[in-house]
Formats: sequence, C-alpha cells, structure tokens
Amino acid sequence: MSRYITRQRMRRIYRWNGEPVGEDRKLKRLYHESMTISVDGRTENATVSLGQYILIEGDYDDNPFVAQLLKLYYDDSGKKKTALVQWFVRMCEIPQNKRKLLGRDSHPQEIFYYRDRSCDNEVDAETILSAVQIEYVPPEAPFPEGKSKDILFVKLLWDTKAFRALSSEILQPPLSPKSPPSSSRGPPARVLPTPDLTVMKRAMSVPLTRGSMSTGKISLEAESLHSASKLSAAKALSAKRRSRATSGPHVRKKLDLCSLSKNMTRDDVLEEILDEPKGTGKTLTSKLNTSPTGRISISIRLTPLNEPISPAAQENDGESKLQPLGEPPLGTDRTPRKREATPRKASLRGQTTRTPSRRKDSTALKEPTLAALAEEDHEDSPVLTAATPRSKRKSAQVVSSRIRKQLNLLGNKGDLQSDGEDDDDDCFVPAKIDLQSSSDEEAEANIDSEDELVVKRRRGSWTPRSTEKTRTSARTPRKTPSKKTAPATPRTPRTPRHATPSIPSRSAPARKPGNVLEEARARLHVSSVPESLPCREQEFQDIYNFVESKVIDGTGGCMYISGVPGTGKTATVHEVIRSLHQASEQDEIPQFRFIEINGMKMTDPHQAYVQILQKLTDQKATPDHAAALLEKRFSAPAPKKETTVLLVDELDLLWTRKQNVMYNLFDWPTRRNARLVVLTIANTMDLPERIMINRVASRLGLTRMSFQPYTFKQLQQIITSRLNRLKAFEEDALQLVSRKVAALSGDARRCLDICRRATEICEHSAGLQKGSGLVGMSHVMETLDEMFSSSYVTAIRCASLQEQLFLRAVIAEFRRLGLEEATFQQVFVQHQALCRVEGLQPASVSEGLAVCQRLGSCRLLLLEGSRLDLLLRIRLNVSQDDVLYALKAD
Amino acid sequence: MTSKRNSTAFTDAQCVSLAQKILRERLCHQRLPEQPLGLESQYRHLLELLRRTAVHGESNSVLIVGPRGAGKTMLLGCVLRELMNLKEVQKNVLQVELNGLLQTDDKIALKEITRQLHLENVVGDKVFGSFAENLAFLLEALKSGDKSRSRPVLFILDEFDLFAHHKNQTLLYNLLDVSQSAQAPVAVVGLTCRLDVLELLEKRVKSRFSHRQIHLLNPLSFTQYVEAVGSQLSLPQDFQHPKFRDEWNRSVTKLCEDKSVEEILRRQFNSSKDFRSLYTLLFLAVIRVSPSHSTLRESDLLEASRLISADSKANILHGLSVLELCLIIAMKHLNDTYDGEPFNFQMVHNEFTKFIQRKSHTIHKFEKPVVMKAFEHLVELEMVRAVDSAASKVQREYQLMRLMLEHGQVMEALQKYPQCPTDVKQWALSAFA
Repeated sequence: MSRYITRQRMRRIYRWNGEPVGEDRKLKRLYHESMTISVDGRTENATVSLGQYILIEGDYDDNPFVAQLLKLYYDDSGKKKTALVQWFVRMCEIPQNKRKLLGRDSHPQEIFYYRDRSCDNEVDAETILSAVQIEYVPPEAPFPEGKSKDILFVKLLWDTKAFRALSSEILQPPLSPKSPPSSSRGPPARVLPTPDLTVMKRAMSVPLTRGSMSTGKISLEAESLHSASKLSAAKALSAKRRSRATSGPHVRKKLDLCSLSKNMTRDDVLEEILDEPKGTGKTLTSKLNTSPTGRISISIRLTPLNEPISPAAQENDGESKLQPLGEPPLGTDRTPRKREATPRKASLRGQTTRTPSRRKDSTALKEPTLAALAEEDHEDSPVLTAATPRSKRKSAQVVSSRIRKQLNLLGNKGDLQSDGEDDDDDCFVPAKIDLQSSSDEEAEANIDSEDELVVKRRRGSWTPRSTEKTRTSARTPRKTPSKKTAPATPRTPRTPRHATPSIPSRSAPARKPGNVLEEARARLHVSSVPESLPCREQEFQDIYNFVESKVIDGTGGCMYISGVPGTGKTATVHEVIRSLHQASEQDEIPQFRFIEINGMKMTDPHQAYVQILQKLTDQKATPDHAAALLEKRFSAPAPKKETTVLLVDELDLLWTRKQNVMYNLFDWPTRRNARLVVLTIANTMDLPERIMINRVASRLGLTRMSFQPYTFKQLQQIITSRLNRLKAFEEDALQLVSRKVAALSGDARRCLDICRRATEICEHSAGLQKGSGLVGMSHVMETLDEMFSSSYVTAIRCASLQEQLFLRAVIAEFRRLGLEEATFQQVFVQHQALCRVEGLQPASVSEGLAVCQRLGSCRLLLLEGSRLDLLLRIRLNVSQDDVLYALKAD
Repeated sequence: MTSKRNSTAFTDAQCVSLAQKILRERLCHQRLPEQPLGLESQYRHLLELLRRTAVHGESNSVLIVGPRGAGKTMLLGCVLRELMNLKEVQKNVLQVELNGLLQTDDKIALKEITRQLHLENVVGDKVFGSFAENLAFLLEALKSGDKSRSRPVLFILDEFDLFAHHKNQTLLYNLLDVSQSAQAPVAVVGLTCRLDVLELLEKRVKSRFSHRQIHLLNPLSFTQYVEAVGSQLSLPQDFQHPKFRDEWNRSVTKLCEDKSVEEILRRQFNSSKDFRSLYTLLFLAVIRVSPSHSTLRESDLLEASRLISADSKANILHGLSVLELCLIIAMKHLNDTYDGEPFNFQMVHNEFTKFIQRKSHTIHKFEKPVVMKAFEHLVELEMVRAVDSAASKVQREYQLMRLMLEHGQVMEALQKYPQCPTDVKQWALSAFA
C-alpha cells in the first residue's frame, strides 16, 4: 500500500487525446474518445478510452473502484473533465449482511456488475487511475484458473438487493468494442484511415481470433449471422437513443458510415475507427502484426478454458462467446459488434470487452493492461498495476505464462508492484485514497465538490461501510456519506435513526380473498396499485416527456400539477417515475434519483429541507443547516451527479410568510449544476397566482398541468380495468356508481369506496337469500344512500319529543322574527307554548337548555357558548324545509 | 325468637345493601351489554369491517356517528370484544386509542401513538425525538409495513371531530392516507356526535376517508324504553337471597306498570332517549331504598325525577332575601315594560321605591346603599348580567344590565317561596296591583 501512496502523491496530468468527437451545445459539453494520464516524472503515459474498464480513486488505495468508462466529456460550464461510468462492486463493497446472499465464497478477483439507479455514475475524470482488465465468466462456469491477478472476473450482477445472473449482453462494452489491442501508446498520432481499410483489417483479425479460439469457421459464421441480426436491431435502438441523447452528431455520423459497409461486424470497426481517429493507425498495425501488445490473438489462444465454453456460447448468442472464462485479455475481439449496438450507454456490457481499450486503442495511450504501456506508465497510473496479475494465484497459474508475456511488455516494475499487493484480494490499486490523503490538488478539488452531498465510496473498511449501508437501506452502497459529512452531522442520540422503525409483523399470515366478491374488494381497494392508470394517458405522456427530457438533458425544471383530490395526480407521477426507472434500467435514459416529500407529512414547511436532505444523503440536520447544505449541493458542480427528480405533494402547505421554502424549491432547478426536476402537486389551479409572490410564481414557470375530474365513462373504465374481467358487478350498477360519483366530485377514490361497500352489502344480502352473486343496482343504491344521504333527516326523526318540539319552536321563532337567528330566551317561550299545545308538561329552563345543547352537539343547531345562558343565540344548521319534512313525516 | 327476628332483619338490611350495590354498579359502571340493543346491523357492519382488517389486512376507515349516549363506545366495545375472541385476531392486532379531549394537538397525539405502539423510540413511557422526528418516524414505520406481513393497527379516535381542528389536520391526513395506500394495514375508527363531521375535513383529507359512516340514532320506542328500565332494575338470578330477589323483581314489574311511574318515565323519555340520563334517574331512585322500605316505590322515582328536572335557577331564587326578590320582580316589570331592553340599577331602584310608596305595608323602606348591595349580590349570582362587562367607566348605578331569568321562573319561585308577603306576590302578578 505504501507504495501506492507514494506513487499517487505524484501529480497526475490529464489530457484529452485529439479533438473532441462530439459536442452538446445545450450542456456545453465536448465529448472525447480518450484521455491520456501522465504522471510527473514519468515519461510514459497511460490512456483510457471509452468502453474500457477503469479504476477510479476510492477511499482506500488498495481497492480502487472499478468501472467501465462510458463517456468522457469536458464540461465547459464546470470547467472540468467528467466521465460517465458504469460501476462494478467488489465483494467487500457489498454490505456485510448481504454478502451471504451470494451463497458461496467469492473469488478474490470477483467483482459484480452493479445495478443501482440511485448511484451517481458521473465522476470527475481526474479521479481515474488507469485501465484494468475484466473478464466475463458465465454464471455456471467455474472461475478460470491460473489467471493473472490483475484480471477481475465478472459473473453476477448486484442490484443492491440480490445477486443475479449477469448475461453477457449486459456486459458488452458500449461503444468501442472492437479494437483489441488496447494499448497503443505514445501520443495519439491521429491518422484518418480509409474506412475500407480498417474494416478489412478488422474483419480479418476477428475471424482469425475466433477461429483460433474455438470451434472454427462454422461457428464463426453462425456468429456473424447472429451478430448481424442483432446489430440491425441494436442499431435501430441506438439510433433512437441517439436522436435523444446529447451526443448526437458524431454518433449519427458513425451510423451512416456503418450502413455503408456490408458486413455488420465491420460496422463496429468502422465506428471505432471513426470515433477514435487517433489510434486507428496503431490499432490496425497492432492487429495486423500480432505484436505483443495486440492482445486479442494472444489471449484467446492462451486460455484453454475458453475453447469448450466459447463454442456453446457462440451458438447461444453472439454475445456470450465474448466472455469465455478463460480468455482474460482478449474479450475484446469478440465483443465488438455488440458494442456498436449500444452506443454509449452500453457501459454495462463493457466488461466483457475487457479491453477497455477499444475506444482507447485508438487513443492508444492509456491502455495499461495491454502491455503497450511502459513501466513508467504503470507506476504512474495504478491502472497498470491493477492489470498485473497477482491476486489470483491459484487460478492464474495456467494462464500465468501468457500473462507474463504481457507483463513483460509492461515491464518489471509493474510486476514487482503487483506482487507486493498480493495480500489483498483486489488486484487493483486505487489511487483515490492516496490522492485524498496526499493532498493531491485534484483530489482536493473532488472532495470539495463532493463534499457533504455526494457520498464517496469507501473501499477499505468493510465493516463500517456495511453498517452504513444497512442504514441507508436501499441506497447505493457507494453513497455512503463522505467522511467529511459524517462528523458534520453528529447523530443526535435521541433520535434512533438507525433503528428501522416498523410495525411488528403479524403472527398469523393474512388471509387471502376467498371468493369473487372478496377478490373484487381487494382489487377495488384504493391501495391496490393497478398496472396502469387508465384515462390518464395524456397527462402521463406529458409528464413523462417533461421529466424524460430533463433527465436526458441533465437540466432542471419545474412543473405544477393541479387537480381536485382523487383525480390521480400523485398516482400518475408515481407511474411516470416507475416507467422512467424502467427506462433507465434498460439504459434508455440516464439514471436519476427520485425523492418525494409531502407537505402534509411534515410538521412545518421548513422540515421540507430536512426531509429532502435526508432522502438525498441520509444526513440529518436542522432545517437551516439542511437548507444551506442543499443550497450548496445544488449550486456546486459535483462529479457523479445524477439528476434528481423531486416530487412535492400538497405544495400549498409549504407556504410560509416569506415563502422562502417555495422560493428555494423553484430556484434550485434553475441553477446550472443542479440537475433537479421539481414536480409540484396541489389542489387548486390558481395556487401560483393566489398565494405566491411574484418571484416565486415566476420561478415556478408556466409548465402547468391540470387534472380534470374524471367523467363517468372514465370512472367506469377505471373500475372495469381494476376488476380486470372479474365478474362481480352488473353493468348497470357500475354505470350508476360512476355517474353518481362523476356528478358529485369525479373522485376516483370515492368511486372505488362505493364499489367496495356495495360488494359488502351484496355479500351480506347474498347470505340471507340466494341472489345472483353479482353486485346489482339495489346494492349500489343502498350504498349510495348510506354514503350520500344526509343523516340530518333521520337524526331529527330519531330525536326525542322535546328535541323535536324545540326545533319546531326554533322555526316558529324564526318565522316570527323574520330572521334566521334567535336567542334561546325567545325560542324557549315558543317551546313552552308548543309544549302546552301538545299537552305536555312545560319543560324547565334547565331542561330546555339541555335539550338545546344536545341538538347543538349533533350540530342540528349552531350555538354560541353556553355561558351566555338565556341570551345564547341559535341558528339552524339544516334547512327549515328539511326540519319540517322530517317532522311532518312522523 | 328475638335472635331469629334479628337475623332476618339483619339479612333484610344486608339484602337491601347488596341489591343496591349490584344496581349501583350496573347503573354507574356502564358495563358492556351482552348484545347491543337495537343495533344489530351496525354491529354486524362494524364487526365485519374490523375483522377484515384484522384477518385480511385490508385497510379501512369508518366513522361512528350518533348523539351523546347513543351507544357509540358501547358498540365499538362489543365489536372489539367479539373480535378479540377470534383466535387468529387475538395476538395479531395492535390497538391505539386516542381521545380528542386528551390529545389536543398532533404533537401529543403522535407521542401517544408511538407510545402505544411501542416503537423503538420509546423507552419506558417516554417518547424521544422532536415532533417532526416523531412524525417522520411513525410514517416510516407505517410505510415499512405491508398488507400481508405487518400487524394491523386499529386506531380508535374518540371525539373525532376535535382531531379535525388540529393544525392542517396532519394526523388525520396521514392516518387516512395510510389507510388508502399499500402500507401497514390500519383501521381508523372515529367516534363523534357531530352529524356534520365530514364537513370539517379538508377536501384532501375527506377524499382519503372512505365515507363509511355508521349512524347510531336510537329509534327506541317507549315500550322498549320501559322494558329497559325493568331489566335494568331487576336483580339477577344468582342473587344470594332468592326470596328477596323475587319480592324485589315483583315490585319492579309492578312499578313499571304503574301509571304515575309511566308518566315519569314518559317525561324522561320525551326529554331524552339517551340511556345515560335514564340511569341517573334510576340511580337516584335506587339509593333511596332503605331497610325501612326495602322495595323500590313509586315515590322514590317521583322524588328522583323532581330532583333531576328541577330548575337550577329556581333553586337559587329560593335562597334570596325578600328585598332581592323585590328587585327581581321590579326588573321583571321593567322587562315587560320595555320589551326586554336592558336596564340599569337606577331604573330598578325607581321601580322599587314606587312599589314601596304605593303598596308596601310589610316591607321596610330600605336605604339606597342597602338596595345597591342587594343588587350587587344578584349580579354575583349572575341573576343579572351586565350587557357590556368591559364598560366599567360608567357609574355602577347606570350600567346597563339584563335579567337572566325567564318570566315563568320568577313566578314559579314566588309560588314556592316560603312565607312570601302577599303584597309582593300581588305586585309580581301585576305591575299596578
């Protein structure tokens, strides 16, 4: 370790290789293909390029983070180099309590493809240490033996909850699959090769390798076919994406070029070449001559394991062949076509193409593993060291010889270093910690930017990490709060925040619905989440488009959604988020994070800050402090930042006199680096005009949407879709319910509740006599009566005689006065007169008051405080007609 | 012989006190009846609803609405008793009882909920954390549950309407929101006597309420009422002295058929159908039973009824001096003359002196300060009340006052006033008498 530290103390310099390949004007980003990392005092530089696997500074230097490089760009606004990556986790980064989910001991060199939406996948490019080799191992296959310790194996996927099988497709490198020779070193001499040439070469090289590896030509052909079909599909996809995606122009260009070439597999080559113009010359050469650096051929042949597996894999899928167990270095060759399919997002599969270099090849400089790098490079960039095999001794033996060759290329130093590190499971040396500790300038910059908000991954100390994770629960493991923050928010001893609160679980399991009506009731319960929300397609689409565009652009924005209660506002937004999550899972859009707060679920508007902060970073803070932290987070540029989608429900309750809560909520999205999308929900359409001061309303903007109350047809459709062909209601009954509700409020909740109650009544009446078993008109009528008929009339009918007389007296007095209000004294006189008329003994004043109070407590009468005694003023809370009607019917 | 008589006498007294004890307990403790009387359908509805929550984990909300004394709590008690007898429910349900009169704001209510649920931030009886933390904590707890796994929680909100007055109705919103979303199963049962309770709810809170209301409006008929009286007064079968019991029960049956008793009960029934007031009446009657007359008699009921229906102000009037009574009569005349307009002391004094000069033979001619003192006493008794209590700048004699007595009350008090001078009585009848 100490070795690394010293190494990392050195200053690293990052340079782009060549001209930017794309530009996003909106975001002011310049996209690059590769980057050179040079270290003070070294003559050799390392190069990393898209699709390559890289090591990123971690909290501890012996276990740097592993990732695949998806995008490199220069953010003009932030004046810094940024990289988009797909993360991998090591076993030690997985929470301790989850580790046993694996069900076996993990291989020391094993890493897991990491799938967690909430993890920020944007890092400061200057935290990249070097490239590394990763190899895909099919889930059922054993780990290859005798491999270099620098090679990491990917077998499974970790989605923060469980280990899942990882299909090789996912692993494919996104963009630059092909170029096998990872490291072309030296400054990128960019030569524009004629596409044809390169294609040819590629094509040649690929078949060769394959043939050598496994079965032979036949399989190869099959593969190519397969891949071709895939490619076309993939292309369509990628084209779609590109149109949306920021990095449009150059990608498109590639596509066009690709289409020219007949052979699909070659397209990849083309793309690569185009993308990475600089390296091309070199890659070509390397491919052609099986130079030591050109690993493709070498690696393939070397691994004995591959051969059995690879053919099968090839047959299955073009993709699977790419990652035969055995072949450590090479995966690159095979992977190429897939990558093409997935332009840049493809980070996922990047692993298989363990040649991080693909992209890089062209850029050439970086590829550490590939041996192209000089020893010095190694030293500078931890990546190289990582590449050196050591940890896996047992497995590595067989392959070791071959690896040695590569290593030789790298030089002695690399070996030495790697040897030293054998103790640790992880072969890679992370630069990160060192950087931090060593007060590397860059690192510092990082730290600052990340500061409180962005949580850093901590690699070394497993135990602490795991505890933290458990606390955060579903959070991404990487998001463990940074060290700095931790002290800033000391845990208040009184709040048991680590205790996950829960209602005790029941001792006997809940019973499942037993018959049709019970089933219907379960489905009609408001809480049961339907698969889709009928009748809100338009709104869904609008919100979806809004959020999606913001997420893709990495910008921010506000939207105001209004509508009366029960019209599906919150449900629609949740639905949108759900589909967006799905989309981001499938990599169609960047990952984002969803946070929800509800004005009703907090005790004070300022608690909004606390809740947002807590959900973002799991920190606790006082409202003021939280506001400051959030302010900082949203205004400071930070690496690895993903878009945050914030849903603010019941917005009107966040109103304060100075309106600063609302102001902030709407102001943050306008910040350049905020990447915050705010969706607000409230009941009234004119809320912005009514309660917001100008500067707040102006920031909220004019993106508004109002949810109309459901019409009866929609309500009917909602019920029908929920019942989902379960026959429990008569058509007429449904129509009656929906018409009634539509006429009253258009509140879907009401509608569902009525239906639910109707099933109960039906069930009960069915118990008494044989009915059709369906909920019919009569049941619905009864329900409607029960829920909507005013109970006043019944209450008056059931009142005692004196109470009824008193009501009469009130009306008589009102008529006499011509007013709608009278004092108790006046009414009491009438009351006594009425008593006499009715032949009852007149009540005393005390009794009269008691009667009056009883009516008041039911709110048939509205009364003043009883202290006023005789002077108490009385008003009717029911219409006089109702009272007379109720009394007459007697 | 004597000893034998003594022993029987002794047992008589013993029996009476035993019977009284049983009846007092029955009338005051308000035990849950075996079966709620006349509320079968509501009972079934509520039981079914809560059973579904307990067994199926279905969230529900319901309001039980009815005037005071209609048996809301009793109904709920009966339902819960039956519910808890079910085996699969017994250990499975958590209950949280809140009362709007005790938990006067959400902060207190939350603490109480957390305490009753024994959540983690409770140590002993103390709940830790600020209001905001508690809320977040509780919501988190409820959210972490799910329909099939967590224990159902029954929230019983007595005086539900008072919760609606809490700030923002935060508690109600959250409870009802939980009941309408896929979180821990809850049943929210509200008890209230306000018929318009739904109008108190904010619209978003209202939308989340299921609108199930169970109305308890006792449509009792008078016969049922009398039957209830009979059953309440009868001694149980397992009473130690069968002879005494039979005798007592026979007398009760007879009592219920008695005309005057029926009249008393009818009067009570007319005034209120609520059982609680009936129990008060019966209680007063029962405690009048003594060894000297060991059965319940009609006169006992009559006396009890008189006590209950007595007018409180008339009672005060009986304790006034003649001078004070005269002042009240003067005020009554002023009210008649000026049609209820307020008056001041000077006017009352004038009226009083007129009476003295014209008629009085029996009443002294009191000095003005003495009359003033009597007047102030009346003010203290709140027989008279200042129209505007704040206006202290006005001299006391000229402060406007109102009489807080009804015409009839004054006349009735005069009838019953012991040794009331005849000329005063006549004066009361007519201003010019």
